Amino acid sequence: MRFPVLAQSIAEGAIRVGAIALDREHAVEMSGELLVASGRTTPAYTEEMVAVLETHGPYIVIAPGIALAHSKPSDLVIETGLSLLTLAEPVVFGNAANDPVSLLIGLAAFDHDSHMDMMKELADALSDQQFVNSLLNAGDTEEIRQLL
Amino acid sequence: MKIIAVCGMGIGTSVLLKMNAEKVLRQMGIDATVEATDMKTARESRDAQIILTTPDLVSLIEDSPAEVITIDHFFDLEEITEKLSAALL
Repeated sequence: MRFPVLAQSIAEGAIRVGAIALDREHAVEMSGELLVASGRTTPAYTEEMVAVLETHGPYIVIAPGIALAHSKPSDLVIETGLSLLTLAEPVVFGNAANDPVSLLIGLAAFDHDSHMDMMKELADALSDQQFVNSLLNAGDTEEIRQLL
Repeated sequence: MKIIAVCGMGIGTSVLLKMNAEKVLRQMGIDATVEATDMKTARESRDAQIILTTPDLVSLIEDSPAEVITIDHFFDLEEITEKLSAALL
């Protein structure tokens, strides 16, 4: 396994491939729903994720085509984990350098420290452009599991 | 030397930035710690020399005494190296 911590952090039900997003809020919402579906967060966390986008702007778009959708540690987080969402059509977030977005990583952190191993692997994975391309080209969730 | 990576929440974006900045600093042979924090903590910090953040958030931290560097692409180690070198060397 290439990214064992990531594979474990992305629970059953936390991956969706080729979704259609109407706008950036919708994309972030879907990313949050995957965290809820996989038992990581409560639905109110998803609302916070969208609110972060409204309050702080599109800074969560951290690299060309990639957004890290998240809020902060609170009792809305059940367990630390990630979701992975690819979009059928890229969506504009309003980030001058890195628009449009095709890949959303949803992040839920239980506290400020316990997710460091996970973030380290995430940084390594997303730094690998070939790996990111493979994620984007994956036809179904099973293919993404294989890549991890 | 103290370097801060800052984002809105202090757990996601800034952590990724911290990890890649530390990678770059190691390659540059510079002994520095990078702390990931939220905006509020960064604003209150008076001992950081450099603050790393994204272009979308820079206006929130302009009054900081630290030198503020913005990174567009968090996984582009060349961009991070170039900007940190300009500030440090």
